[in-house]
Amino acid sequence: MIYFDNAATTMVRSEVLKSMLPFFCKKYGNASSLHSKGIEAKKALESAREKAARILKCAREEIIFCSSATEANNLAIKGLAFEAKKNGQNHLVVSAIEHHCVLNTAEWLKENGFKVTYVPVDKYGVVDLKALEKAIDRKTFLVSVMYANNEIGTIEPIKEIAKICQEKGVAMHSDAVQAFGKIPLNTKKISMLSLSSHKIYGPKGVGLLMKRNDVKIEPLLHGGGHEFGLRSGTENVAGIVGFVKAMELVLKEMPKESKRQARMRDRIIGKALDIPETLLNGHPKQRLPNNANFSFRFVEGESIVMKLSEHGIFASTGSACSSPKLEPSHVLLAIGRKPSEAHGSLRVTLGRYNNEKEVEIFCEVLPEVINELRRMSPFWK
Amino acid sequence: MYSEKAMKHFKSPQNMGEIKGADGVGKVGNIVCGDVMWLYIKVGKDKKGREIIKDAKWRTFGCVAAIATSSVVSTIAKGKTIEELIELSNERIVEELKGLPPVKVHCSLLAVDALHEAIYDYLTKKKRQVPEKLEKKHRRIIEEIERIEKRYKDFIKAEESLVKRK
Ligand code: FES
Repeated sequence: MIYFDNAATTMVRSEVLKSMLPFFCKKYGNASSLHSKGIEAKKALESAREKAARILKCAREEIIFCSSATEANNLAIKGLAFEAKKNGQNHLVVSAIEHHCVLNTAEWLKENGFKVTYVPVDKYGVVDLKALEKAIDRKTFLVSVMYANNEIGTIEPIKEIAKICQEKGVAMHSDAVQAFGKIPLNTKKISMLSLSSHKIYGPKGVGLLMKRNDVKIEPLLHGGGHEFGLRSGTENVAGIVGFVKAMELVLKEMPKESKRQARMRDRIIGKALDIPETLLNGHPKQRLPNNANFSFRFVEGESIVMKLSEHGIFASTGSACSSPKLEPSHVLLAIGRKPSEAHGSLRVTLGRYNNEKEVEIFCEVLPEVINELRRMSPFWK
Repeated sequence: MYSEKAMKHFKSPQNMGEIKGADGVGKVGNIVCGDVMWLYIKVGKDKKGREIIKDAKWRTFGCVAAIATSSVVSTIAKGKTIEELIELSNERIVEELKGLPPVKVHCSLLAVDALHEAIYDYLTKKKRQVPEKLEKKHRRIIEEIERIEKRYKDFIKAEESLVKRK
C-alpha cells in the first residue's frame, strides 16, 4: 500500500495516540467540573493551550479549540461578519482558490446581505496582489487568503498580503491547514489563523482558530461559554492533547522532513513530466514540499485514481467526474486550465511515512496507467 | 462506491478499440464537459436472416462508470438484432452492472446513446427508414451537445476573465 494522499488526511502517529489514551478511560473528567477529576482535565487542556500559544507566538487566550478547520474558518469569517455588521461593514475579500469551507461560507454570507469579492490568481495560483489591494474598501471587514493551496500546493505571498491589510487597517485571516508543519509560518501580522489536526498526524475532529485579542468576533455556537465564550461545547480534551502533541512533533522534524519530501516530490514531477501531453499544476518553485499536481490530457482523473488504486497507490483528482456536482475543480479553472484539462488531473501528496522506494514504484506505474487509459481514449492516437 | 461487476469491467474492459470500415459509428458526449464515447458497429445477418450486430468496439474518455458501461454495452450488443437493441434502455445497463452510484447513472445513458447513434448512422448510410424512436433520440443528442457546448463556452469565458495570465 502506498499512501500518497496526505493532503486529504494522515495517519495518527503512535506518540500522538499514546498521549491521548489516558483521557478516554482514566482522565475522562469534564474540564468545567469543580472537583479534582475536572481539574485534571482542565490542567491538560490548559497546558495544551499554552503549548499551542507558544508555537504560534500568541497569547493563550488567543487560541480557540474547535472541531475542525472547517469550523475554524466558519467561526473566523462569519464570527467577524456578524460583529462587523454592527459597524456597518459588509464586505468580504477572499481568493478565488480558497477551500470550499471558505468559499461556501462566503456564498452563504452573500445570500444574507453581505458583499464578496473574489480575488483572481495567476497561472500558478498566486493571488494577484494588485487586485487584492484594489478590492479592499471602507466596508471591508476581512481579507481571507489561504497560506498554501490544498490542491496545487502553491504558497501564497502571505507576508505581503498581511502588510497590505495592515496598511489598510483591515483584519486578515488565513487558512493554514496545508502549510502548517510543511513550511515555516509568518503569523506576526495575521489577525486570525486556522489549523487542523488530522493533516499533521493528529486525530480527526479537532482544529483551532488563532484569533488576536483585539479582533472581536461573535460565536457561532452558544452554550456553556467554553473557549472564552467563543465556542461552547465540552472540550474534546483527548483530541486537543493529541493535536498539540502532533503540532510539536511535526515542527520538530520539519526542517529535515520538508527537504526529504521535496526531493521525492521533485523526482515525481520530473518523471511525470516525461509523459507526453502532461502539465504541472501550481507553482514550479513556490509550492509545498509534499505536493505534486498534474493534468494528463485525454484521460479522466477518476479513472487514473482507480487504476492507481488497483496497483495499491492512493492519490486524488480534481476531475468533474469525481465531484458530487460533476463540476471540475474551481482551483484548476482559476489557474486557467480548461475543463478538459482539469478532467485529467491527479494530485499526489506525500507525508512522513512515504519513502523513496514507494516513489520509484509510483514513477514506474504512473506512465503505464496513463498509457493504458489513453489507449481507451478516442482522442489519443 | 462501485459494484464488483463494474470494477471488473473497468479493470478488464471488453471490446475496447476501433473497427476499421465500421458499418456505423456513434459519437456522443463532448470534450469540453469530459464524457466522450465513440462506438463502432459491424452489422451482419443471423441464421434467420435478421440483421444483427456482429461486432461492437468502443473508445471512451471518461470515468470508471463510463468505461464500464462502454464495455457492458458492447458485450450486450453483440449478437443481438437491431430491432432488439433499439429498445435497449440504460436501466438494463445499470442492472447488468449491479447498480451504479446515482451521480454516475448519466454515464450509462451515454453508452446507450452511443449505441443508438451508431445504429442511426448505419441506417441513414444505407438510406433506410429510421424508426421514429431513434430519430427523436438523435435530435435530442444533437441538441444536448449544442447546449453543453454553449454552456461551457460561457463558463470558460467567465473563468478566463478571472485569470490574470502572466
Ligand atoms: S464520465 Fe464523467 S462522470 Fe462518468
